[in-house]
Amino acid sequence: MIEVKGLVKHYGSKRAVDGVSFTVNRGDILGFLGPNGAGKSTTMKMITGFLRPDAGTALVDGHDVTDDPVAVKSRVGYLPESAPAYGEMTVEEFLGFIAEIRGFKSSDARHEQVERALGLTQLAPVRTQTIETLSKGYKQRVGFAQALLHNPPVLILDEPTDGLDPNQKNEVRTLIKKLASEKAVVLSTHILEEVEAICTRVIIISQGKVVVDETPAQFRARQPGARLDEIFRSLTTSDT
Amino acid sequence: MSQISPVFKREFLGYFRSPVAYVFLIVFLMASVGLAFFIGGFFKANLASLDSFFVFHPWLFLFLIPAAGMRLWSEEKRTGTIELLFTLPITTLEAVLGKFFAAWAFLTVAILLSFPMVVTVGYLGNPDWGVIASSYLGSILMAGSYLGVCSLTSALTKNQVISFVLSVLACLVLLFLGWSVFNGALHAVLPVWAVDLLANFSFATHFNAFTKGIIYPKDVAFFLSLTGFTLFLNVVALER
Repeated sequence: MIEVKGLVKHYGSKRAVDGVSFTVNRGDILGFLGPNGAGKSTTMKMITGFLRPDAGTALVDGHDVTDDPVAVKSRVGYLPESAPAYGEMTVEEFLGFIAEIRGFKSSDARHEQVERALGLTQLAPVRTQTIETLSKGYKQRVGFAQALLHNPPVLILDEPTDGLDPNQKNEVRTLIKKLASEKAVVLSTHILEEVEAICTRVIIISQGKVVVDETPAQFRARQPGARLDEIFRSLTTSDT
Repeated sequence: MSQISPVFKREFLGYFRSPVAYVFLIVFLMASVGLAFFIGGFFKANLASLDSFFVFHPWLFLFLIPAAGMRLWSEEKRTGTIELLFTLPITTLEAVLGKFFAAWAFLTVAILLSFPMVVTVGYLGNPDWGVIASSYLGSILMAGSYLGVCSLTSALTKNQVISFVLSVLACLVLLFLGWSVFNGALHAVLPVWAVDLLANFSFATHFNAFTKGIIYPKDVAFFLSLTGFTLFLNVVALER
């Protein structure tokens, strides 16, 4: 579903992403790990078509993001980091806007999609509140609802559980697992336990390069008995 | 191009979801009518004409349109919603046009809300309706050009203050080039043809004929092409 081929991105003279390649199949939940500034978010922004890669490309469902960004964008649900949304709109208005721009032009179809997304993310109690008045957990769910709204074959989630309390984290993980069977999911996180809990594959990226691409079980087997964060540290600090 | 309409709707209604619209409309109407009464001598002139109302528009727009336009893109950049907008299935051009037309429609509403002035001169005297209509047309076209400049400068920064200052500066130059006092000063250093050439790039030069009831195609073309050119640069600035 997602094919990433040699993505490169420079910020000034810094090579933020340096030849990242991987593929994600339907049913995969790919955990994208790495220290802050390793290039996780930048890679995700290039796959979703927000940033133009300096070299390489990404294919989503066979569509090349550099040639046909609109086709890619219509097949991807994307939750950007910190879940930006138009704060002056109510939850319903905002999701209605997303539905309309996602191609649900009739008000019935729009209503149906909005209700579905509200139900999946349990946002119904705050549907008439403006987004700027919501707590961080609810804002994050609004971002999640927006990404799920059109039932996309590909989900790209930048730190989906960031800022949530343990119960909410658990809910989000359950939801991702439930949805993943017919989708390709990429999620970035700092929480190593999250990877073990839901991911079927792990990619660790450090200084713009992929250093690990394997299953969580293989990752754990690298240093039997060691804690996950110890393995992570040894992999991401050795080359600095 | 079908994606312009959801962006337009969201943006246009967005003005009225926050106090911005009401503050702007009140200030705009108080300032434009106040200038006509107290500086322009609307009553003292004893003429059934709106000349003293329209003559201040280029000067009023110089400050008020950057105030309305500064947030167009800066706000999206500051809050991060630009990442949301440009990962939706929409082209940069559609987003630029949707936002521009929404802001232009809002300014048109503001300008047309001065209709009690029209009613007043119609009740008290026998005005030349053609002149009033062409003045309104000229004012709305000129507002579009000011807004094009503001939309462009707004796309260059995420800081609204910088956006406002840059817009005022750019509009000031475009206004001054045609201001008689400034042209008089230029005549001292430049040949007549050079001053005339520069004056041709000014809002004021092209707005004048409209207020006399004359609609020259070249004036309409000036405003439309200036608007088109700034919006083109706007797309380029966002895609870079």
